[in-house]
Order: sequence, then C-alpha cells, then structure tokens
Amino acid sequence: MTRMQQFELPSYLEQSDAVRDRFARLRQRPVVLEVKGLNKDFETSHGPVTALRDISFVTHKREFVCVIGPSGCGKSTLIRILAGLETPTSGQLLLDGRAVHGPGPDRGMVFQSYTLFPWLTVKKNVMFGLERAGRGRLAAEEEAMQWIELVGLSKFARSYPHQLSGGMKQRVAIARALANQPRILLMDEPFGALDAQTRAKMQSYLMEIWKNIDITVLFITHDLDEAIYLADRILVLKAHPGEVQELIEVPVPQPRSPEQLLSPEFLATRKRLEELIHPPQDDAALSEDHLNMVRMVAVDDEVESVF
Amino acid sequence: MTQTLQWFAPRRQLAPRPRLVLGIMSFVLPLLIWSLVSYVPWIWHPLVEVTEPGSVSYFKAGQRVERELFAAETAKALEAGAPQPQGTPANPVYLPAPHEVLQAFYLAFTAEPERRNEKWLHESLADSIYVIFWGFVISSIIGLPLGILCGTYDVFSRLAEPFVEFFRYLPAPAFGALAVAILGIYQAPKIAIIVIGTLFQQILVISNTTRKLDPALLEAAQTLGARRLSLLFRVVVPGIITDVYKDMRILLGWAWTYLIVAELIGTSSGITWFITQQARYKNFDNVFAAIMIIGIIGLSTDLLLAWLGRRIFPWQRAEARA
Repeated sequence: MTRMQQFELPSYLEQSDAVRDRFARLRQRPVVLEVKGLNKDFETSHGPVTALRDISFVTHKREFVCVIGPSGCGKSTLIRILAGLETPTSGQLLLDGRAVHGPGPDRGMVFQSYTLFPWLTVKKNVMFGLERAGRGRLAAEEEAMQWIELVGLSKFARSYPHQLSGGMKQRVAIARALANQPRILLMDEPFGALDAQTRAKMQSYLMEIWKNIDITVLFITHDLDEAIYLADRILVLKAHPGEVQELIEVPVPQPRSPEQLLSPEFLATRKRLEELIHPPQDDAALSEDHLNMVRMVAVDDEVESVF
Repeated sequence: MTQTLQWFAPRRQLAPRPRLVLGIMSFVLPLLIWSLVSYVPWIWHPLVEVTEPGSVSYFKAGQRVERELFAAETAKALEAGAPQPQGTPANPVYLPAPHEVLQAFYLAFTAEPERRNEKWLHESLADSIYVIFWGFVISSIIGLPLGILCGTYDVFSRLAEPFVEFFRYLPAPAFGALAVAILGIYQAPKIAIIVIGTLFQQILVISNTTRKLDPALLEAAQTLGARRLSLLFRVVVPGIITDVYKDMRILLGWAWTYLIVAELIGTSSGITWFITQQARYKNFDNVFAAIMIIGIIGLSTDLLLAWLGRRIFPWQRAEARA
C-alpha cells in the first residue's frame, strides 16, 4: 500500500480509447444473465440473518465477470443461487430473459472442492452431462474427447480422478461443465485450493479457453489480482449484509497477459479494490485485528531485533 | 535401533517385507504359544494322565487326575509299600495339542463318523453355508435398497428408521420358537434367524454409509442435468458402492455370529451343532477342528471378496492406499 502511493497512479475510471470502445460494444451485446433485486435470508439459531440484500446486475454475452468481496459477503451464496442449488428469499433470476428455477445444465458450475465423480474416468466424467442430455454413447464419447483435448488432457482420458493433480482435476471439471454448452459458466473459487504456480497457469488456461469458446463466465474469487487479471467487470460486494458496493469496469486492455500485472491500469484498479475491500479502519477496530503479543523469551536471552 | 524406532512411528506404513513377516507372525505366535503349552511338560499341565493305576483302586489308565491328588496317592502307596501309580503330566481334555487337532481335521474329512446318524463334517458345513448364504442374500435383497433409500431420501428415513432402531434391539434368538411355528423345523427358520439378526443392522449401516456421500457430488450432478432417478442410480449408488461393499463384508461376519443360535432351533444341524455335539462327547479335538474351519472359511471368503472388490472397483485402488 505505502509503496503504491509513492507512484502517481491514474484513476481506475480512466480508460484508454480502445478499452472504452470495447466496453461500449460489450454493452451492446445481448444480456445473458439478469439478476433483479435478489434477497436471501437464512434462519439461524440467533435469528434471521440477511446474507444478500437487493443484488441486481446483468452480464452480457461472452463477458467475464468476477465477483469479489470480503469473507461473509455472501458471494458463495450468490453463485449457489445462480446455479439453482439454493432458492432466493425474493428476487428474480433471468437467463436469456426467462426465469429459471432449480439447477440445470444451462448453467454450468465449477466448484472449489474437486467434484469429479471418483468412480468415472476423465472421459466418462465429461460424458456425464452429455448422456443426461440424451446424447448417444458414441456421439457423447466423441464430443467429450474434443472437450478433453481443449483442456489438454487427451493423454489422461482413461485415468481416474485420483490419478490427477489438483490443477488437472479442475481442468476436467471445466471441460465437464463446458461439454453441456451452458449459457453461462459459474465458477466458485475454482483455483482457491491450488498452489500459486498452478493457479497462475490455470488462469492462463481459462483465458485461453474463454477466448476460443462462446461462453459467458461468472467467477468468484477472493484474490484481487486474479479478479483484475481475468475480468471484464468486477462486481464488488460488501459484507453484513451482502450488497453490491460497486461494479468496476477493468481498464486493463484485452487480451490479457501476465506482464500487465504491473501496468498502471492494473495497479490503479488494485488500489481501488483494496480500498473497497479493506477500508481504512479506526483504531478500535484495528486493535481487534492485532494479536495481543508479549515477547516470550527468558530474561537473560539475548534476542536480536528482526528489523 | 533407528530402524525399529521407525516401526513405532504412528500411522507409518512398514516396508512390504516386514509387513509380510509380521502378518505371518500373527498366525505363528498364537500357534507357538499353543504348542508350548501343549508340548512342554512343565508349562501349565495341571493334571496327570494315569498310565498305570498301580494300587489306587479308583484310578484307571487314561484317566486325568489333579496333580495334587496324584502326588498324595503316590505318597500313600509308597508308604504302604504297594505298587505306585504311573502317569504323565497332561493338560485338561478341553485343550488338545495341535497335532491332535490336525489329525481330527484330517479324519473329519476322511473317516466315517463314529455314530451312524451323524453327518460328515463337510455335510454339516454345507448345511451351515446354505443357511448363511440364503440368510445373507435375503437380508441384503431387502436391506440394501432400503438402506440406500433411507440414506438418500428423508421420507424413507423417517418412515423406516425409528422402527428399525427399535427392532434391532430385539434379540434374534428370541424369535426362534416363532420362526419354527411359522416356517417349520428345517432350514427355513434358521435362515429367518440369520435374516432377523442381520437385516436391521444392515439397513442402519447402509443408510449411514449412504449419508456419507459428499453432497457436492450431488450438486455437481444437478448442475450437469441429472435429476431424480438418475441422481440415485448415476451418483448415489456408484458413489457409495465401494463403502457399501466394505460394509457388506463386515455384515457377512456378523451373520456368522447368529449361526450358532440358528442351528440350535428346529432340527439341529450344521457346523455349530456339530461343535455342540462333539463337545458333549468330549471330542475337543473335533471341536477345535470345526471352529478352525469356520475361521478359515470366514477369512478366505473375506480375502476373496476383498480381492474381487479391487477388481470390480478399479477407482478405489489408490484410494485405499492413500
């Protein structure tokens, strides 16, 4: 933070002509998902808790939207409602203008926990949705192989999930969700359990896939860099209750590459996200965040300062 | 030193060789203890087997008497100048030596039974296996689907499980007389006892295993378009089948424990009846041989099923290792 402030950063609202032009075109595209006045209350033993309050936003065709927010902002609840795994208390959910209820193959989902079916090979996992859709075995197999090739796992088509690394499992999960050709791909912190290197690689894979396929993505993360790197727009939620704080148009030009992580637009956006998600706190709140530490050393110990 | 210390690191798997050696030792050690007690005269041997009664009127050759009594009688004979009784240290008749059991084991399959109306050991065994097999199959035909339904749908769980919880506390043997009254005196009531003993545990065990299925798998399947019956048959059943298979192996072991009660009702038959009979005639070598056969059958079916399981469910091979 302190170092960032030494540079003169542009405002995150400043967009180059190319970027502004792109967002103008993006807004012209048809709306895929429309969320209108979504509320979600939970009954707990301490009384009702509002997890989400009055969430409204739209995503356009082929847009990449990231949802970010502090823990407890209900971002997971939001995506689970979008997937149909939970029902909202009130509000509307429109996919291509039609209301949707319950889970369905039109909204593909990739979970943080690897949810591959352990009893099926990679190929059979990807075929699962195709077969549910009534595709014949041979057609499903052929189609599945194409998706597996897309995520670069042809060699592992006959492997079982337990034989794959975490990153490979998530690639299969992406292929499995995409094979149904959903209208929107919902991703709930899909790379959260991966190590930093694999995560960076997976982000590049995902960008690559997104570029090549007609797919709209809604991606949940708590990693600011990941959100900026991937997203066209970032939906920032705030906690208790979960509300939309801001919808940021990321000024970093597309197509993205890892070098942009240090570009002024990137850093400006990052600064803004930091402000929104970790707002400057007053002293009372701060003291709760710090551990009450005493130095636990013997009296006669010579302890050098770490600084 | 460090080598052996590593043997006692918690939850660390040993190298294949020591594992095999220890596995063999687990059988060899008890056998060794049994042999020591049987063949080393000064270990235990609380009795004396009389070989020559001498002047003691109530001693007979082959009779086993207390060591103190034998010593007292010997002293008395010595005092009176009468012929002393002769004897060798012996164990009680209920602990035959390994070689006697082995011999009985061999004879049980080769020699005609002593009494005409007695069955051969293998015939008794066949009766028992018949009862266990059908008891377990009938129990599973009901218990397996019901358990899976209870674990999957709350409706079935609420409808069935309270009663099952109640019924499983009723001792299966108590239904013996009832089973005979309804099903006659031959194999049917025995099978019924095995079913009653196994079924109710089975429903609860299977439904609990079903509940352990990761709910995220069901959610993932729903987002992929699976619904209703395909959720049950394409996700729940394959998702739990390896654990259910393990449960079934354990439950089969439980079914055996109800055998002894089952075989005492109606017309007695089977291996446990054979054991009871032989114990009555004090043929303890036969008793041990029969008990061991049950052990061998139990262990080998379990090993066979474990091996079969690894072949049927290839995806769990590494799971078990991990």
